[in-house]
Amino acid sequence: MKIEPKISEDILLDEVTSKEYEYGFTTNIESEKIEKGLNEDVIKFISKKKNEPDWMLDFRLEAFKVWKEMEEPDWANINYPKPDYQDIVYYCAPKQKNKLNSLDDLDPEMKRTFDRLGISIDEQKRLANVAVDIVMDSVSVATSFKEKLAELGIIFCPISEAIQKYPELVKKYIGTVIPVRDNFFSALNSAVFSDGSFCYIPKGTVCPLELSTYFRINEAGTGQFERTLVIAEEDSCVSYLEGCTAPMRNENQLHAAVVELVALDSAEIKYSTVQNWYPGDKNGKGGVFNFVTKRGICHDNAKISWTQIETGSAVTWKYPSCVLKGKNSIGEFFSVAVTNNFQQADTGTKMVHLGENSKSTIIAKGICAGKSNGSYRGLVKIAKGAKNSRNFSQCDSLLMGDKCGSHTFPYIEVDNKSSQVEHEATTSKIGEDQIFYCNQRGIGTEEAVALIVNGYCKEVLNKLPMEFAVEAKKLLEISLEGSVG
Amino acid sequence: MLEIKNLKAQIEDKTILSGVNLKVNKGEVHAIMGPNGSGKSTLSSVIAGNEDYEVSSGSIKYEGEDLLEMAPEERSHRGVFLSFQYPVEIPGLSVSNFIKTAINEKRKAFGQENISAKELLQLFKEKCELLNIDKEYLSRSLNEGFSGGEKKRNEIFQMAMMEPKLSILDETDSGLDIDALKIVANGVNSLKSSSNSIILITHYQRLLNYIVPDFVHILKDGKIVMSGDKSLALKLEKEGYSFLN
Repeated sequence: MKIEPKISEDILLDEVTSKEYEYGFTTNIESEKIEKGLNEDVIKFISKKKNEPDWMLDFRLEAFKVWKEMEEPDWANINYPKPDYQDIVYYCAPKQKNKLNSLDDLDPEMKRTFDRLGISIDEQKRLANVAVDIVMDSVSVATSFKEKLAELGIIFCPISEAIQKYPELVKKYIGTVIPVRDNFFSALNSAVFSDGSFCYIPKGTVCPLELSTYFRINEAGTGQFERTLVIAEEDSCVSYLEGCTAPMRNENQLHAAVVELVALDSAEIKYSTVQNWYPGDKNGKGGVFNFVTKRGICHDNAKISWTQIETGSAVTWKYPSCVLKGKNSIGEFFSVAVTNNFQQADTGTKMVHLGENSKSTIIAKGICAGKSNGSYRGLVKIAKGAKNSRNFSQCDSLLMGDKCGSHTFPYIEVDNKSSQVEHEATTSKIGEDQIFYCNQRGIGTEEAVALIVNGYCKEVLNKLPMEFAVEAKKLLEISLEGSVG
Repeated sequence: MLEIKNLKAQIEDKTILSGVNLKVNKGEVHAIMGPNGSGKSTLSSVIAGNEDYEVSSGSIKYEGEDLLEMAPEERSHRGVFLSFQYPVEIPGLSVSNFIKTAINEKRKAFGQENISAKELLQLFKEKCELLNIDKEYLSRSLNEGFSGGEKKRNEIFQMAMMEPKLSILDETDSGLDIDALKIVANGVNSLKSSSNSIILITHYQRLLNYIVPDFVHILKDGKIVMSGDKSLALKLEKEGYSFLN
C-alpha cells in the first residue's frame, strides 16, 4: 500500500563497502627475493643480478646518496603512515626454470593469474593490434610482438634488456627528463628500480601497434619500482598504454615508479594509463601507496598527451607533466580520478611552457564517493621566453554522498604578456532527479549511475584507445557500484 | 488498465492528494486539468513511483496488480511512461545511448535479447520521421542545451520509441509553439491505439483541440471534483475555475 520508504544515504554508502576488490588473490609462484632493507649492498645486488654495466651501478649509487639526504614530501593533501623504508624488500623476481621463447612457455600458474585478471594474454594476442610487455613484480616475464616491431626498427623491451643491448640510448636519456634529485620518490626509484619498459621509435616511424605494459604487484611486502623510458625520434609517433592491478594485501604496499618521455622534433607520444591497484578495504586498511613521477619533454613541434583513468590505490600522488621546451610544442593532460571508501588522491599535472607558441590543455575530472578525498593539483607555468603561449584548464568534480571531499589547487605563473591562460572549474552532485528520470525509463539505479558517470567522463574516455575505453568504463562502474541512492 | 482508489499522498508532512479516484480503461484518453497546486504533477509522480512522495493510503491497480509495490523501473518495464514536465539534463550521455539502454533494460527484464543494431536504427528512423526530428539530434547530450520545446519533443520521441501501454503526459504542451504542438499532438495521436491509454495533464484546452480526450477531470485541492467529456474543458476555458465554487 505504501511506496517503499526512501533508503537512507548512509545505508547506501555502506553498501559501497560490500563491493570487495575483485582481483584479490595470490599466485603461488616461488619467488626469489632478498632480505628487507636498503643499503649499498642491496643496490649492488640488484645491479649484479641484472648484469648491469658500471655506469648503471654508479647511477644507482649516486641516486641512493642523494635519496638518503632527502625528506619525504608532506605538502600533498593526503594523510598516510610514512612507510618504513628499511622494512621493504627491494628485489623480488618470480623464479623461472627456463628462459621464455614464447607466451606458451609461461608458468601455467602465472598464466592462470593473467587469465583471472580478465586480460588473458591469448586474448591480447588475438586483438593483434596490441603488443604486451608484462611486468610481474619486478621482472618482465613475457614480451610479444617484438619481432614485428623490430622490422621497423622499433625497440620495445624490458629496460633491463635495453641496458644490456642498447646502453648508449639508455645512457643518453635516462634521468634527463626526471633528474635523480627531482624528488624523494624519483631518487628512491633511481636507486632501486628493478625493471620496467623501454621503448624507442626511430626517425619518421609511426608505430603501427598500441604498445602496452601490464604491471602487477604480487609478493607481499615488496615495493614495485618500475622505470619506463620512451624515446620518440624526430617525426615519429607512438601510443603507449599501461594498466595495473594488484592482489589484496593487508599491509600497505609501496609503488614508486618513474616514467620519462622524450619527444624529439615533431614527434608525438600518447601515454595512457588505467590504474586499478588495490585501494584498501572498506575500513581503509591496506591498499597500495602510489607515488609516481611522470614527465615528458617536448622539443620543437612535438606533442605529448597524457590520459589517465585512476580508480585504485589507497593513496595516489601523481602529476604527469610536460616540459614544453620547443616552439609550437603541445602538452595535453586528460584525467579521470575516482576515489571511494577511504581512498585519497592528490593528482594533477604540470605544464611548463618554455618554447614560443606552445600550447597546453588540461581536462581533469574527479569523482569522489564514500569517505574519500580527491584533490586536483596543477601547475601552469609560462616562462618569459614562451611568447604567445596558451593554456586551457578545466577541472570538474562530481560528488556522491556527503562524506567525501573534493579540492582544487591550481597554480598559475605567467611571465610574459602575450600568453593566455584560462581556468574553469565546476563541482556537481549526481541528482536524485537524474536517477529518477532514468528509473522511469526502466533503467535501474546502478546502471543509471554508470550512465551519468560515463557521460561526465566522456571527454576523457574518448581519448583512450578503443579497446581500453571499454575496459575503463567497466572499471568505473565497478569502482562506484552502490554509491548513490 | 489503471484503477486509482481513494489515493492520499504527501511530501514531507504536507498532504497533496486527499483521496483521488480514477479509472482508465484500455484505449481511453483522459485529461486532468486543475488550478496550480491542485496536485496534478504529484499524481503523475506517484503513478511513476517517485520516492519523494509518500502514499499514506489508497491503492493503485495497474493491469490488476498493485502498482505501488513495484519499483519505478519495474513500472516502466510494464509499460508505464511519464513524459516529464521538466526533463532533466544528463551531460555527455547521448539521446541514442540513453534510449538504447532503456529499451534493452526492458528487454532484459523479460528475458529477451538486446535489440539488434539494425532494428534499433530502423526504429530511430521511423520515429524521427514521425516527430519531424533531425537524426543528428540523436547524438546530442540528453536534454543538455535543448530548448524547452526540444525537451518536450524528446519526451514524446522516447514515448514513441518505448511504446508504452499507459502514458502520462505532464504539461507536455507548455513551452511548445503552435507548430511544435501540432507535430507533438500528431505524434501522440498516431501512437494511440485500442490497447494503450493516455493521461494528459494540462492547463489549457488548446492541446485538447489536437488530442481529443474521452474524459476530462478537474483536480482541485487533491481531489477530483468534477468529471465530464471534452465540453467540460471548453467550459473551463470560458469561465475559469471560479464556476467550481
